[in-house]
Amino acid sequence: MSELLVIAPLLIPLFALIACLIPGLGRGTSDAISLGAAVLVLLTASFLFAGVLAEGTRTLRVGAWVPPFGIVLVVDTLSALMLWISAFVAMVVLMYGVRAKADEDAPGHLHVLLHGLMLGVNGSFLTGDLFNLYVWFEVMLISSFILMVREGKRSQLPGGLTYVILNLLASAMFLCGAGLLYGKLGTLNLADMAQKLGALKDPELVNSSGALLFIAFAAKAALFPFHFWLPASYHRAAPAISALFAGLLTKVGVYALLRLFTLVFTAGHGFSTGLILNLSMATMVLGVLGAVAQYNIRRLLAFHIISQIGYMTAGLAIGGKVALAAVVFYVLHHIAVKSALFLVGGVLEAKTGTGDIRMHGGFYRNSPMLALCFLVPAFSLGGIPPLSGFWAKLNLLQAGVNGGHWLFLAVALVVGILTLFSMIKIWNESFWKAAPETGFSPSDPTPGRPMLALCMLGSLTLVFSLGGSFVFKFAQRAGMELANPDAYIQAVLRGGGS
Amino acid sequence: MNLMLATLIGLLFAAATYCLLRRNLMRVMIGILLLGHAVNLLLMSASAPLAETPAILGSDGKPVPGMADALPQALVLTAIVIGFGLSVFTLVLARSCFQGARIDDVRDLGREDEP
Repeated sequence: MSELLVIAPLLIPLFALIACLIPGLGRGTSDAISLGAAVLVLLTASFLFAGVLAEGTRTLRVGAWVPPFGIVLVVDTLSALMLWISAFVAMVVLMYGVRAKADEDAPGHLHVLLHGLMLGVNGSFLTGDLFNLYVWFEVMLISSFILMVREGKRSQLPGGLTYVILNLLASAMFLCGAGLLYGKLGTLNLADMAQKLGALKDPELVNSSGALLFIAFAAKAALFPFHFWLPASYHRAAPAISALFAGLLTKVGVYALLRLFTLVFTAGHGFSTGLILNLSMATMVLGVLGAVAQYNIRRLLAFHIISQIGYMTAGLAIGGKVALAAVVFYVLHHIAVKSALFLVGGVLEAKTGTGDIRMHGGFYRNSPMLALCFLVPAFSLGGIPPLSGFWAKLNLLQAGVNGGHWLFLAVALVVGILTLFSMIKIWNESFWKAAPETGFSPSDPTPGRPMLALCMLGSLTLVFSLGGSFVFKFAQRAGMELANPDAYIQAVLRGGGS
Repeated sequence: MNLMLATLIGLLFAAATYCLLRRNLMRVMIGILLLGHAVNLLLMSASAPLAETPAILGSDGKPVPGMADALPQALVLTAIVIGFGLSVFTLVLARSCFQGARIDDVRDLGREDEP
């Protein structure tokens, strides 16, 4: 039974995907199946998380192959946390309503793509095998490619093509890295790799594979200088879809970086982390400067994703359990906040018919609840105490002080101010100033239950904020596990949990 | 054989890089296809030195001499299938880009994003 629980986050989306393919399924039925599956994944993830907290890392040997042969699924605290938050975001996005006007007569196929995406995302969090990670990445990417351009609007295609081409290049780099690593080590199991690398006399030779894999993950995570696809494409997808992408896709890249660069390519194995810190700082600065110049609300927010990714990878580069715990908390906070902001952007676009915030106005007076739903995540992103972004940044800065990274501290603080500046820019333009006298030309009415979805994400942010120390305990546990990978290796190779 | 394979992979990577740096969208597509072949051959050749004995044992319980490692071949097969699907999708996307938005130059892809 407990083995089934480990693989359930893959099986449920898969079955939902197949169910939505049934021809003649009504619109309501497919919506219900989809939402039901998302709720079920959330429940499973909660059980799994409770199980990991109680009994430690769990593994499932697929097909009963003994590691290092075959594929092994692993759930440690980090995987469980990521599974939970991604299931939560997926559920909220489905509640928000993913249907655009064009989908009235095609009931199921949107949900097929969404669950394909979640299948890939969950698989990436679960797998303990490098090549399997590649396959899950591709599952996730092909779904996201189609979701990105499926409305077929003229404006979507060029951005979608940029996204597709750059991600194909990244996948090629991933394969090169994985292939060369296999040639050197003769294994694809991550835990076994770590062990074999430790015993190797010339581990610096794998720096080439490490660099290739770093490029691949950095491109998925939108790290400088591999970030150009993100602001070109995210704001062109449908609002609910772009919220899902903004919350999850780049964070899968960050998760892969966290996993590989604490387990396999560590400083102890001769891999240099100095480059990661410098790239992170460049990412933080360039992302936020890009945002300052933008007036399209979702494009502005997309630049902020890049800048925030820099904080996360900087924590990874600093290393040690304090920094890694801060990174885990940062990722959790960021997923909740960013999805909420993209959804608010979607509501505003639906109400005004444009994403240009200079044409907005008056929403503080007209819809105060929407303003509140923007204000909480926006201030959290800017790092105003006592919201979750403040705790995330505080812990990261603490780790920076401990490690003596003064340049990083200066950059982080300046970028924090600039982040707040562009959040206030949206606030002033969309909410605070008077509505334009010409009035709005609303596009499609907002589908589904947007306020419910926004309130749920807002309350999750409040939980991360006010219950910061409670949530941070889990992050600390995950950080501890990442900083001491021996337990992970033992659990995978000797079998743990089940 | 190894030298030939290495040269071929190198040439394919060079050609792919050259095509990817072109501005014409069709050449970029060709670059991606070439890159896929280069990567698949690289994966294949990673198994050639046989640093590790493969997991296949003979009836006497010892590794069979001269046996290739089956795993990289399985990996390449997976990569080929995935690459095929993605290439077709990308080609269709490029075609609709050309038909819908009249774009065949990569510089025009970001045209509408100017603030």
